[in-house]
Amino acid sequence: MTQTTQASTTQALPLADGLQGIVADWSSDQVAFKKVPWGKAMMWIFLLSDTFIFGCFLISYMTVRMSTTDIWPNPSEVFALTLWGHKIPMILIAIMTFVLISSSGTMAMAVKFGYEKNKKMTFILLLITAALGATFVGMQAFEWSKLIFEEGVRPWGNPMGAAQFGSTFFMITGFHGTHVSIGVIFLIIVAVKVIRGDLDNERPGFLTGRKGNYEIVETMGLYWHFVDLVWVFIFAFFYLW
Amino acid sequence: MAHAQGQQHPIGIYLKIWGLLFVLSAASYAVDYFHVQGYLRWFLIVTFMLLKAGLIVAVFMHMVWERLALMYAIVVPPLLLMVLLAIGALEADYTFLTRGTFFGAGTEVSAEHR
Repeated sequence: MTQTTQASTTQALPLADGLQGIVADWSSDQVAFKKVPWGKAMMWIFLLSDTFIFGCFLISYMTVRMSTTDIWPNPSEVFALTLWGHKIPMILIAIMTFVLISSSGTMAMAVKFGYEKNKKMTFILLLITAALGATFVGMQAFEWSKLIFEEGVRPWGNPMGAAQFGSTFFMITGFHGTHVSIGVIFLIIVAVKVIRGDLDNERPGFLTGRKGNYEIVETMGLYWHFVDLVWVFIFAFFYLW
Repeated sequence: MAHAQGQQHPIGIYLKIWGLLFVLSAASYAVDYFHVQGYLRWFLIVTFMLLKAGLIVAVFMHMVWERLALMYAIVVPPLLLMVLLAIGALEADYTFLTRGTFFGAGTEVSAEHR
């Protein structure tokens, strides 16, 4: 055999065939992504698939916007707010953008303090991140209700122009808002694990039974930064274009 | 697997990137606020967008410090979306054309359809 240079553990076991062989091959210690925990590599793969989902959404939005013969509602005006007697274009969306970017900043710092095993700072920063995320979702709920109840925007039509505006808006921002909401729940779960000392004591998780460690804070962080990343593209293509 | 110390970087770099992202977001908001139009608008929006996305992936998600195998596995496949983008744009132009030809009689088709 040519596998003599491999680690001795691979030689010790004969390779299984059939269905068992499939499971054995996919679950064995064949490491392609070195120097990253498996959970982090898997989170990256998940995010890659999510990239395609949001990519398809944004490309279908482009397609319907290019092909409609109606006038596309001007997002700058649709999303304007009147504050202190002045009509400011897109101000709510700008604030939402800054809130989400700030939450990414606190998340990055939570990961750093996590690896330093600074329980208290990690916990606080994770909670701030969750609070900023919840703020974002709250502002989005405000934006949706304003659009639905005051502007009369529906998925099948609106008074300002092309009907596709509503359908793409609700689908894209709705899907993104769902991601943020799930992220907030995810953040709170990780924050509780941190402050309870699960990660220091390597307490097994309730779902997988794997030992807790601070790598899950970074994996959580990847998901959260991705949510921010998607918003960067939505902000550019839907709101500013 | 050895329990490596993971991604440890000084806090300053996160604060700097955070500041940069704020500046870039403010800049893209300014594009809208000052009503920059036409190709300059699209160029600025896309530039600021790509810079922001790059900073988030590279620093916040630690991609610059990962091994090349992981970086290529994650960053290269989304480029396939460019093909879908091109197909979508071609098809949309054709749909727009036929809609203008068959349903546009009597009503003027706006040049501002985008």
